[in-house]
Amino acid sequence: MKEKIIEILQDLTGSEEVATNLDLNLFDTGLIDSMATVQLLLELQTQCGVDVPVSEFERSEWETPNKIIAKVESLKA
Amino acid sequence: MINMQPYQNPTYFMLIALTLLPIVIANLYEKKIYWYQTLISFGFLLLSFGGIKWHQGIALIVYVIFEIFLIKLYFNYRSKSNNSWIFYLTVFVAIIPLIIVKVTPAIYGGQVSIIGFLGISYITFKIVGMIMEIRDGAIKEFKLGQTIQFLLFFPTISSGPIDRYRRFVGDYDNQLSREKYLDLLEKGVWYIFLGFLYKFFIAYFFGTLLMPQVAQNALTRGGISWWLVAYMYVYSMDLFFDFAGYSLFAVGTSYIMGIATPMNFNRPFAAANIKEFWNRWHMSLSFWFRDYIYMRLVFFIMKNKLIKSRITIANLGYLTLFLIMGFWHGITWYYIVYGLFHACAIITCDAWLRFKKKHRQQIPSNRFTKAFAIFLTFNTVCFSFLIFSGFLNTMMFHHIMK
Repeated sequence: MKEKIIEILQDLTGSEEVATNLDLNLFDTGLIDSMATVQLLLELQTQCGVDVPVSEFERSEWETPNKIIAKVESLKA
Repeated sequence: MINMQPYQNPTYFMLIALTLLPIVIANLYEKKIYWYQTLISFGFLLLSFGGIKWHQGIALIVYVIFEIFLIKLYFNYRSKSNNSWIFYLTVFVAIIPLIIVKVTPAIYGGQVSIIGFLGISYITFKIVGMIMEIRDGAIKEFKLGQTIQFLLFFPTISSGPIDRYRRFVGDYDNQLSREKYLDLLEKGVWYIFLGFLYKFFIAYFFGTLLMPQVAQNALTRGGISWWLVAYMYVYSMDLFFDFAGYSLFAVGTSYIMGIATPMNFNRPFAAANIKEFWNRWHMSLSFWFRDYIYMRLVFFIMKNKLIKSRITIANLGYLTLFLIMGFWHGITWYYIVYGLFHACAIITCDAWLRFKKKHRQQIPSNRFTKAFAIFLTFNTVCFSFLIFSGFLNTMMFHHIMK
């Protein structure tokens, strides 16, 4: 699951740093914006099978690769 | 009966200090006195919507009953089924009163609708947000009492910041520890005093002392003059300090009541591009538009694969967002042009960011480019506020009348 999410993030941001620094703040660095957020949610839906509606998306809970991984794993469980 | 508009004069602040005192003491003992909180909320609402404004008070009551009935109806429906058209219809019905209030002056030459009241747009934002979260299944319980408290929360009722239902109810139901409350209290008091500086000193200086003189000179010169440029900056400063000051009062008062209402401004003039500016300016409104309009529209288009190009989708989203924001400010050419201007600015900004990403090696990035970016953003924003001010409209009429 972890590898898959990192792969999605690499595709989305075009950055290698998301794989090396898992505590990178994706919003503050401008790597992800609202548009990319929606793409991320759709990718998570098709590739990981987790359904996150837009209104459940609280930026502070999804701001780093680590937080995204934890969030997806908790939704999967 | 007397009437008092929120945060306008020393008496209002004295009243806040006096009436909130029991709430402060209770919170320090880690207790909540809900009945008292409701009582003073009612008192402050009566103060703002009673007396000579009684017709607004009636409009508010009728509006709130109507909307709560609608929310409850949709909540009941949503717990059984989930048809998209019913959802769209509910949102539409919820915004009908706001549409009437916004359209009436445009049709009847500035006449104000009788169903309007101070702060109708801000309550409508909260309600539409609730309906959308009910649709998403994010709001799982409908609590009548909390919904009323949320919609009519007196510190923010007239002009925001726009809170979110789940966040508000979380704070409202939760009892803070003494330590956490003290922290909130300290910040709340600090914000209110910072608000005094912003609104009653800085905004007073720009708006009341400077602006009339500068406006008069710009009108006398006519056309593009240095006075017009001066007006642009003076108006922008007044707009920011007046609104940020008000927002600090609203947030500060909320904090003292143990409710962490979101902040509205985060040093907006330090933004290095327009996109960043909208993450710092009138944040509770821009985040509302981002979450409930832009992201949902983009999600809908992408999920149903209506448009292929991601760039086109993003740009369409921006145009929709800022056009709606323009119309919401009021149906006049300058508000709509203001919206279009910001849509174009942010589309350009996105294109530049894409270009920069591709040519990272060739484009210099240092202190000077950063300073230049802030300077450019500041001036773009001030120019947009000149459009927003309606002063260009006044100048045109002044010219015709001569």
